[in-house]
Parts: sequence; C-alpha cells; structure tokens
Amino acid sequence: MTNATREPEVTAAVAREMGVTEDEFRRICEFIGRTPNYTELGMFAVMWSEHCSYKSSRIHLKTFPTTGARVLKGPGENAGIVSIGDGLAVVFKMESHNHPSFIEPYQGAATGVGGIMRDIFTMGARPIANLNSLSFGAPDHPKTRYLLGGVVAGIGGYGNCMGVPTVGGELRFNPAYNGNILVNAMTVGLVPEEKIFLGQASGVGNPVMYVGSRTGRDGIHGATMASGEFDQQTEEKRPTVQVGDPFTEKLLLEACLEAMKGDHIVGIQDMGAAGLTCSTVEMADRGETGILLDLDRVPLREEGMVPYEMMLSESQERMLLVAQKGHEEALRQIFEKWDLQCAVVGEVTAGDRVVVTHQGQVVVDLPVNPLTSGAPLYDRPRAEPANLRELHDLDLASLDAGGSPADTLVKLLGSPNLCSRRWVWTQYDHHVQTNTVRGPGGDAAVVRIKGTRKALAVTSDVNPRLVALDPEEGAAQAVAEAARNVACVGAAPLAITDCLNFGNPEKPEIMWQFERAVAGIGRACRALGVPVISGNVSLYDETEAKGILPTPTVGLVGLIDDVAHVGRAGFQDEGDHVLLLGEATGSLAGSEWLHVLHGKLGGRIPKVDLEREKALGELLRQGFRDGTLKSAHDVSEGGLAVALAECCLLGSGSGASIKLDPIDRVDSLLFGEAPGRVIVTAAAGAKKLEKAAAKLGIPFRKLGKVGGDSLDWKGLFRLSVATLRDVHEGGLRAITGA
Amino acid sequence: MKFGVVVFPGSNCDHDCYYAASHAAGAEACFLWHKDRDLKGSDVIILPGGFSYGDYLRSGAMARFSPIMEEVIAFANRGGPVIGICNGFQILTESGLLPGALMRNKHLKFLCRDVFLRAEQDAGRTPFTRNVEKGRVLRMPIAHNDGCYFAEPHLLDRLEGEGQVIFRYVNAAGEITEIGNPNGSLHAIAGITNEKRNVVGLMPHPDRCAEELLGNHDGALLFQGVVP
Repeated sequence: MTNATREPEVTAAVAREMGVTEDEFRRICEFIGRTPNYTELGMFAVMWSEHCSYKSSRIHLKTFPTTGARVLKGPGENAGIVSIGDGLAVVFKMESHNHPSFIEPYQGAATGVGGIMRDIFTMGARPIANLNSLSFGAPDHPKTRYLLGGVVAGIGGYGNCMGVPTVGGELRFNPAYNGNILVNAMTVGLVPEEKIFLGQASGVGNPVMYVGSRTGRDGIHGATMASGEFDQQTEEKRPTVQVGDPFTEKLLLEACLEAMKGDHIVGIQDMGAAGLTCSTVEMADRGETGILLDLDRVPLREEGMVPYEMMLSESQERMLLVAQKGHEEALRQIFEKWDLQCAVVGEVTAGDRVVVTHQGQVVVDLPVNPLTSGAPLYDRPRAEPANLRELHDLDLASLDAGGSPADTLVKLLGSPNLCSRRWVWTQYDHHVQTNTVRGPGGDAAVVRIKGTRKALAVTSDVNPRLVALDPEEGAAQAVAEAARNVACVGAAPLAITDCLNFGNPEKPEIMWQFERAVAGIGRACRALGVPVISGNVSLYDETEAKGILPTPTVGLVGLIDDVAHVGRAGFQDEGDHVLLLGEATGSLAGSEWLHVLHGKLGGRIPKVDLEREKALGELLRQGFRDGTLKSAHDVSEGGLAVALAECCLLGSGSGASIKLDPIDRVDSLLFGEAPGRVIVTAAAGAKKLEKAAAKLGIPFRKLGKVGGDSLDWKGLFRLSVATLRDVHEGGLRAITGA
Repeated sequence: MKFGVVVFPGSNCDHDCYYAASHAAGAEACFLWHKDRDLKGSDVIILPGGFSYGDYLRSGAMARFSPIMEEVIAFANRGGPVIGICNGFQILTESGLLPGALMRNKHLKFLCRDVFLRAEQDAGRTPFTRNVEKGRVLRMPIAHNDGCYFAEPHLLDRLEGEGQVIFRYVNAAGEITEIGNPNGSLHAIAGITNEKRNVVGLMPHPDRCAEELLGNHDGALLFQGVVP
C-alpha cells in the first residue's frame, strides 16, 4: 500500500481524535482481524458516528410503529414512502443540520435543505414542498439576529433556486438554544409508485457511476462533528461546513429524474453525510453485494487529494448510482446534457467487501457488515432529571395576572414565539410549482396534486417546553397537534417523520428524556393510526455542557381526497357562529403565558386524550366535506384568546364578539393551553355540528359570532383587529431589525 | 396556437408556464431546450422564471448567450410575441430585447408576496394585454431578489413618452406608494414592452395566479390575451 506510507500511523489515540472510543477501536480491529489503515479508520469513524449509526438511539427507535396499509417504505431507506392512490406515492423525511448552521448559518442551513431534497429525489420523487422547524436562542442574545438572518437566507437561497416551494414550518426562541440552534429541514416529494428507486446495489458486474459535482476537500468529517458537543473551539470547525451550489443541485434533480425515466438505473443514493463512504457501504449493504471502487476515476475539484479525503469528503450535489450494464453511454449523454460530471468509478462485485483502489494499489479492503450492522449499539443508562419534581411543583396559583387581559393579549400576540413570521416566509418562494392552495401562516400548508383531485397537507410541530416538563406526554402531544393541524385544513394524517434533537446521550437525564419522548411518539402514532416512516436523530446538541430543550420535531403529511374541501383558518362572514370544540379552560403549566409574563417553565401539563383527538379529526374532516364548517383553527400556544385573535387576522378581516365566563382564574380561560381544542365557525350548519360533536363525545360550546372590526370578549377585553394586526406583524422587528 | 417555453439550466417556472399556457389559455405548449436552435413552430415564446445559470455573475447575464436566444431574438425581430417573466424579464433586458436593467431589491432580500399592478396602457397595446383595460388593477405574486427596475433618465423619459410602461406597482386602491413598490423600481415600473410592442417583460408572475383554486386568476388574462 503505497499510500499507507503517506498516511499517519493508526493508534488508539488517532482513533480517539476521530471520535472512536478505545473500546470501539478494539472492536474494529477484531472485526477485520488487523489494525485498519488511516483511510479505513476514517470510514469506520464516520459510519460508526452517532449521526450515521444511530448507536445510542437505535434500540429505542425500534419501538416505533412503522407499518400500515399505505406504507411502501418505512425507515431505513433515504426516506419513507406512503401510497396515496392513483398510482402515486408521497416520499418524505425531516433531517437536522444543527451543528453546521450554528457554525456557518447561511451555508449550514442551505446545505441542510439541499441534503434533504437529495434524499427525496434519489428515490425518484420530485420535491413538491419544503418545511423547516427552526429553534434559536433568546431574542436578545447577541448572536440571534445574525443566526436567524443567515439561516433564513440560506434556506431561501437554496430552496428558491431549486424551484421547490417552502410552504411551512416553525420558528421559536428560547435561551436554551443560545449555544445550539436547531435547523430541521423537511422535504415532501411525489413519485409514481412504479418509478420508486432504492439505494441498493445489485447485479454483479453492473457499473457503479458517480454523477453531479466534483469532489473537493470540503466537509471532511462533518458527520463526526455532528456527533460531538460544542466547545469554545467549535468556530474553528468552520472549514468542515460544506458549501452549497443550488444551481448544480437543480441540474442534478432534472438530470436524475430524466435518467430515471428509462430503465438505466438499478439503484441510486445521494452522497450526503460521510459522502462516498456512506453511499458505497450502504448500497452494498442493502444489496448484499460487494463494491469495487477506483478512486482514480472520481472527478476531483482539487489536485493531490488522498484516498482518505476522497472517501470522507462531503462535497455537495453528488450521487452514486448502480447502472444496468450497457447503459453507461445513455446515462453519460443525459448527465452531459445537463453539464454534470458523470464517470464509471467501479462495479458491483460478488461477496461482501468494499474494496477501494488508488493509483493501482488497494487502499481499502473492508467487509461491509461491520461498517453497518456491526456498529455498536448502546443501551445507555437513563435517569429522571433531578430537577423535574421541582419544575412540576411550581406554584402557578401564586403567580399574578401581570396586567389587564387586553395588555396581556397584546404582549403575547406580539411576543417572539407567537407573532407573525411574515418576515421569514416572504424570503421563501412559497408559490413556485403553482400548487400552493394554502401557504405559510395557517395551521397546515396545502399543496394540490396536478392531474388528480387530491391535495396534501403538511405541517411540523413540537412544543419543547411541554416535552421538557413531561417528555412522554409532550412528545405524544406533538404528534396530536400535527394531526389536529392537518385536520384543520380537512386532511387525514398519512404518516409522520421525526427529527429528534436532544443533548448529550451519555448523560442519563438526556437519555431518559429521549427514551420517554420516543415512547410518547410511539403511543400517539399507534392511537391515531399514523406510522413513523422516516426520521433523523440529532444528539449532542450541547454547548459547554448546557443542553437544549428536548425537541422531538414531528413532520406530518395528510391527504385531502378532494381539493374542493380544503379548510381555512380565519373568520369568514359576519354572523357566523364562533364555536369551540374541546375543553373551555386550559392550563398555565408550561404555557407561553408563563414564559412571557413570568419567564418561568414549570407545572404539570394536562394529558392528551388520543381517542378524542382521533374523533375530533373525523369531525373536522366531515365538517369540511359536507360544507358545515367555514373555518377551523387549532388552539395552541397562547390559548383561546391568542387563537381567536389569529382567527381574526387569518380571515376576511372581521372581528368577533365572544361571551364566555371564567370558571376559575381569567388567565386560564384566556391564555391556558390544552390539547384537543379547535375554534371553528359555521353558519346554519352549527346545529348539525353540535349533534355530531355530542355523538363523538367532543365538548361543544358557542363562543359568539363573527362580526365587527374588533375582537370583543364581553367583560374581559376589546381590541380592534387593526391593533391586533399591528402588534402581531411587528413582533419580530425587534429581533430582525427590519 | 402554440406556446414555446424556453428551458435554461436553472429555469424553475418552465413547468408552471407550460401549465398556465395549456390550462388557462387552452393552447398547445412545448419546451424549448436552451442548447437547441429550433423554436418548433411556436407562435408565442415564454422566457420563464427561475435562476438561469444559478444567476451567478448577474441575473440573466449568462442565459442570453444560449443558442436558443439567437432564435428568440430573430423571432422577436420578426414581430413574434415574446414574454419574459421574472428571470425571463431579466434575460430580456440582458439580451437587449428590452431596455433597462433589474437590480437588487431595495431591502436586499428575496421577496415572495402578492403585489398589485396597474395596467398603464390601453387594452391591446401588446398582444398579451388585449384583455386588460387601462387603469385596471391586478393582483399577482412576486418572488425575486433582483426586481428593482432601473434605466437612465433619458431612457425612462422615452419609455414613458412612447407608452412602453405596461404595468406599475400600486396599492390595492391603484395608487402609487412607496410601500406598494416592493423592490424600489424607478417610476414603480413592474413591466415594460419594446418599441414594436411585441416583447413584454414583467417581474410579477402571471403564471402563478392563473386559476381560481390558487385563490387568484388575474394572471390568466395575459395568457388568454395572446390567444386569438
């Protein structure tokens, strides 16, 4: 091995620098019966990294329900797939790009969006919608404006150029994210069922081809970086953040979809985290074959790159595919038409080894299995956080109202977590592809499917404060809220993807949160009949030992059979009845009220009744189908008063007059939070709705009527819609400066 | 009647324009690959929105050198109707088919939202505005980084004098205001035509508001107008 002489000698200490523990290093040596060379060790390091191997989370993720009548592909592929009938299927997944986005917000976020879109189109699907769930530090933290501006511009810069509409998502601020922002990007794609492609190698002798951009030195060991905590030296890791080129990715998308029309491709996988290593190893693993790779044929951006760098580069906009033998020329013509690199770099071999050659020498010769299923599996110790009891025991009754109801509503409606996100989503192209029936700003976005009557509803949800107070319950409620949000536009949930963002799993308290949250998602999914079809885990979201709020983001896709029955959130016509489905009074535990007015997190959160949530979803869908309902809006953070204000702002501009007296304290009625609540409006259909609700056991209450130019809650407050709008629209100004 | 939609590398509204032409205008449509020189018998040419060549260097600056553009320019010079939308408008100014330039938005950010446009010329001034009478206010989405129309004063005078300003940004009431002009365009110009009035460029997207399902079909007027 000529190159081995140029490579550093491999020792346990070298392994540790790559994030491989002493024990793991010993296992690697045992697996292969010798000490790996430097390149081989690098391959193990990335394949066994938390990011690629899910070594701390896998035993828990196995408990998710992942099957269902519509599920065509569950977790384990590049993304999950569900059938929607008409010979069509929906492909989706959410993925984190947290660490890179903190180090370099524009490129970190941009390449996160680029990566998740490649995961979708590598399966043959055209991306039709993007969402992103963003968590930033305190609004007044010195880095927040810079990070927010960079991330939003990066998401827009990539998604807009790709021509994929960014139709929804979330944005939150909490000091717990000061040192670790979260950028979770989700893409939804559409594919004809008979044109689904998988990332697997098969057919001994079939050529392995490399398409897309050239390989450079960027992003080496990105996956390893994403698997460690941050410290003060993290900023020095900027060179490990990849640089995105959305233009090239747009060409790659079109070229791949064109190539997939024929029968040229056997399997295809994008080169994302751990680049050439991961794509080669995973394709061989899924296909139970070997692969021979010749690095001399890999298109390079820079001279003098060594095998280690080529195998670990995370240069963007690249794909590895296995072609049908004899179709190389046809593929070359397609990729050249789109001005992209295209090279045969190897072939599928019998056996189970990944062999890599460089300058005529074998530089890597590893069995596939140890790199994948051989990765360690940790059942890490778990323990309930010591301070949890203290948080639960927070005496909510002793907290004062902090102002008049009107003052508090104004304060909440303009607060960073509840105010308008217009500044964000006007930077995203949310119309391109001309399918956006409901854009950003509502409960769920809706994109129609051309050539059918169908439409998809998409949303992402989680309330990390609830998860912090009760991980199992909070995570279950994230699923319930997502299902409720799509029901508010008339959709039935199909499946979810998740992006589980947590702190250091080596700490028992974090692992406890993680395990509980996974259990909660599983429980809610089983109860609602919604499988988990894909997902991503981001651990080590810590800086200098301070962890984030546990943030299991849920991305949900729902189906609307007839686009004529899409719901809307805002008040429509004067005189319509304003009705509340669900309990009247909420809880102040973990509420936005508690956060904004008292700067506290605590209390015992109310439990979700999943059977009732399921019935509520049915009621909403039926109401939109038969025309009974004129609008529906989920009551979430900020409670009833904030939700009513949003109904005024999202509709025709009408206000409403409301009459409902408090049972106990006024704050709980106006600003208390609880699952299972939706504000709906109806005209003559209100009677029918009341009967249907009674039949399903859903509390039904008349709140008042749509009309006038203010939101008037008899005896409690009266604010003009214009005032509400000013407050709501102006809320982000202090953070963005615009 | 056949619409030819040019596909540059990085075009991303090509399918949207194709769909609008075939559904809103009920016409035949075809794609024209930028490396080809064949207009495939198209009666109308659309330069769609997107990021041709990634908008690297300058929006629209590279696309004008594509082989197909020589044919599009010849077609326009023969009086054939050509419309450039968003990036297509930028390509039209870069290629000299329309005067002026599109610069970075005044707030320096990509902006995607609905705007209001006022028709500035009599209906029929261009083949695309046959159904849009002077003074009518249309609602259309914009989605661009570089939409601030700029031209030298003498050129602006000529455009105004010759009636080549087709659309101006206004508020819902049809008045020119600073807020109504989202990108800071001079004279609030949103769309113009050439001297022969067969080439039209505009930043807003008629292709994105050409059916009721999307909440707005004002844009259909432009596609329907060019079909006899």
